[in-house]
Amino acid sequence: MGKVFAFHGGIHPPENKKQSTREPIGQLPLPKRLYVPLQQHIGMAASPIVEVGQTVLKGQLIAEPVGRISAALHAPTSGRVLSIGPHPVPHASGLDSDCICIESDGEDRWVEHQGIEDYAAMERDDLIEHIRQCGIAGMGGAGFPTDVKLHLGDDHIVNTLIINAAECEPYITADDMLMRERADQIIGGIRILHHLIKPSHVIIGIEDNKAHAIHTLEKALKGCELNIDIQVVPTKYPSGGERQLIKLLTDIEVPSGKIPADIGIVCQNVGTMSAVYRAVHFGEPLISRVVTVTGDAVARPQNFEALIGTPFADLLDAANLYEDRLYRLVMGGPMMGVTVEHDQIPVIKTTNCIIAASREEMPPAAPEQPCIRCGMCEQVCPAELLPQQLYWFAKGREFDKAKHHNLFDCIECGACAYVCPSSIPLVQYYRFAKSEIRTEEAEQRKADHARQRFEARQARLEREKAEKEARRKARAEEAAKAQKARKAPEASASGSPELDLNALKTAAAVARTKLKKAQKALDAARESGEGDLSALEAALASAQTSADKAQADLDKAQSGSAAPAGNDGPDIKQLKTAAAVARTKLKKARDALKNAETKGLDGLDKLRATVQELETRADEADKAYQQASGANTQDSAGSEASEAAPVDLKALKQQVSIMRTKLKKSEAALADLEGEERAQAEQALETLRQRHAEADRAFKAAEQAQLDKAAAQGVDLKKLKVDAAMARAAVTKLERSLDKTEEAEARASLESELAAARRKAEELNETLKQHETA
Amino acid sequence: MTTVITAILILFGLAVVFGIILGYASVRFRVEGNPIVDQIDALLPQTQCGQCGYPGCRPYAEAIANGDAINKCPPGGQNTIEALADLLDVEAVPLDSEHGEEKPKMVAFIREDECIGCTKCIQACPVDAILGAAKQMHTVITDECTGCDLCVEPCPVDCIDMIPVETTIANWKWPSPAESPSLIATDLGRGQAQQQEAV
Repeated sequence: MGKVFAFHGGIHPPENKKQSTREPIGQLPLPKRLYVPLQQHIGMAASPIVEVGQTVLKGQLIAEPVGRISAALHAPTSGRVLSIGPHPVPHASGLDSDCICIESDGEDRWVEHQGIEDYAAMERDDLIEHIRQCGIAGMGGAGFPTDVKLHLGDDHIVNTLIINAAECEPYITADDMLMRERADQIIGGIRILHHLIKPSHVIIGIEDNKAHAIHTLEKALKGCELNIDIQVVPTKYPSGGERQLIKLLTDIEVPSGKIPADIGIVCQNVGTMSAVYRAVHFGEPLISRVVTVTGDAVARPQNFEALIGTPFADLLDAANLYEDRLYRLVMGGPMMGVTVEHDQIPVIKTTNCIIAASREEMPPAAPEQPCIRCGMCEQVCPAELLPQQLYWFAKGREFDKAKHHNLFDCIECGACAYVCPSSIPLVQYYRFAKSEIRTEEAEQRKADHARQRFEARQARLEREKAEKEARRKARAEEAAKAQKARKAPEASASGSPELDLNALKTAAAVARTKLKKAQKALDAARESGEGDLSALEAALASAQTSADKAQADLDKAQSGSAAPAGNDGPDIKQLKTAAAVARTKLKKARDALKNAETKGLDGLDKLRATVQELETRADEADKAYQQASGANTQDSAGSEASEAAPVDLKALKQQVSIMRTKLKKSEAALADLEGEERAQAEQALETLRQRHAEADRAFKAAEQAQLDKAAAQGVDLKKLKVDAAMARAAVTKLERSLDKTEEAEARASLESELAAARRKAEELNETLKQHETA
Repeated sequence: MTTVITAILILFGLAVVFGIILGYASVRFRVEGNPIVDQIDALLPQTQCGQCGYPGCRPYAEAIANGDAINKCPPGGQNTIEALADLLDVEAVPLDSEHGEEKPKMVAFIREDECIGCTKCIQACPVDAILGAAKQMHTVITDECTGCDLCVEPCPVDCIDMIPVETTIANWKWPSPAESPSLIATDLGRGQAQQQEAV
């Protein structure tokens, strides 16, 4: 026996444990229906793997764990899955949550299962996985999945394993009875844990009010080679709190915000030990537990071995409930438990006690009175907090300050509220403040997350925009480059010859003018008979040769430049100009010839030859032009035909609507007219009507043709559906605007529109239905 | 006379030295951006709903930093106004009803058989919480939805509903202990009598 230390505070409420320890653990008749909640602890809810109507056997896996902190669920008995859905669960909120409801077939037939013969020879991880698959969770309070605690040895050095057998809360005797009757199972479980965690020391902490249990444990421990101590601690609430028990047994305080494993200690409940033993040695998953049913309102307070999922009503029946005496049904102990309203709430892995209390036993809470700052709450607080201060902060909604005063170290044991002379429900205030802070933090996290997403989206949009811009720029640049590239060879091919051509043209023109001048001077000299005729004639001859030469050069250059131009395909414009130029030249030459003929001047032959040459040239140019343009018109005609081919429904529709408006207008005008004019107008109207009818017919025919085509190709159901939905939306929108408008005129037009929209929607719906049924 | 000049010179010298130190510090320890905007932005609920009249929470935070009213954020409600008042050391005013009223937390829900797959809501969602593609049914990622309402208007077939977030065991909160009338010790009996009557 080692030394027992002390923790701060604590209280000594009436124990009320004797009532339920008189009888051994009882067996319950098999309940008709069992409700197994998917979430029985902190962490993730398990995910069901059975279907409604499926037959399950006892111990069959019905929901598997999701994520690390989660526990598997097994069918507590054989039967049929009735439903998977909301059912009242043991939770302070009184809300419904998803449960798997199993209707028992009364056979209680086990699924095939077998234990592990030599667990010591097994891989450590495999053994832990086996425990996880058996759905073992802490059976003391929070229901923390045991496998997670077993993995603590991976990254922590654990030297002490503490088995929590204190069971400090009044009324509860489930662990006490378990130790009395199944001490060997508990020791067996400790052996398995010892093998897994390999601590240097195991301490079983037990309160001194369980003499019988201490005795049986000691007997079971006899001859055990492991270093296991049973440490009896004085009875004081809440010595069963994990941190308080550690302080009691080792005098080490678990730092705020840390877990016991951080200081080398792992704590496990005795109930969990027995569950681990059964899981490993018999392969039985956690499907039942010991539950204390007590309180003044039951005739036979007793502990029962209850299947997980057994409704409280069945337990109360087994303990002979006095309906009329029942005032309050409490789940858990009187200090930390919660009042439940519904007796169909099922037993879960952490349900250790059900108290059916009479009014005298648990009277309604006295009205809250003002805090008198007596300081008694501080005296009893096992976590060494300042309950009074926390109360003020929670009441004033100053949650930040409450947090700074270590609100989250509060274990909600209720000692402060128990001693409070003003009957202030202190724990409720702390719970309220804690959940407010948690919600706020969750909201803050969500807001940060939303901001991140928003910013990421903004960045993405920005990036997309920039990319688009860059692509556009690149495209523009490329286009510019391509254009330049196209221009450059053109310039190099045609630029210089063009220049040359121009120069040559000018030169030829100059030469011709010179020739003309020389001719004129010669003519003038001849007429007057003065001057040096021979000299003038020589000058004329030289001018003639130079003009001829210039013309020849020009012709050559022109034919040269025409050739590359011809390569690019027939340049119609150029050809046209060339033909026109040729024709003008021909005309001019003809005129000159006529003139010369009438005047009887010299060089007629020469002129005639020129005219002939020009004629042939003009003919050639004309021919070339016609050829080129002929080819072109063929092309364009082809493209026009292809455009005209599909019936332009839209244009037709437009036409029809134009006609309709015209018709309407004329009809309106007709009303104003009288007499002869009227007759005329009527005639005009008639023709208009005819035209409208024709246009309408054409449009309808075109539409029908398209529809037929669509039908032939298979109707696009999706499109129809979309059209129908849009039509419906249009109808609702119109209805809404109709509701809003009050003007009679606007209303009338809206109503007609609405009617039209409705018709359309109906039609579309009809067709849609037809097609769908087809 | 020399003492006066010495004193002036010394003071001048000190002024120059400190000036240099301050000048260096202002460059070396320069704070990028406006830190108060970040602090305000952290308090806003980040729904990006635009009910305040600004295109998102950050622009509103900037506007507040420049002296705009702090009561234009309906999604944040009174809690946000109080937090902002606390941060900026101004009076907490009630929510400006012109910008909307404080509503319970909502989440968008798409009636999937009516969705025509137009992607308009996807483009409207500021936090990319809607999943879908053209001509494919869309759906809302409930965990990411901020309940900003912005997707409801663009839907051509009105198939988006804003539904209040359901209270489940996961998000249930302990209620505040009922505010009982404050009694003094001598009132105790009367209070109990009242309660008994009620029972």
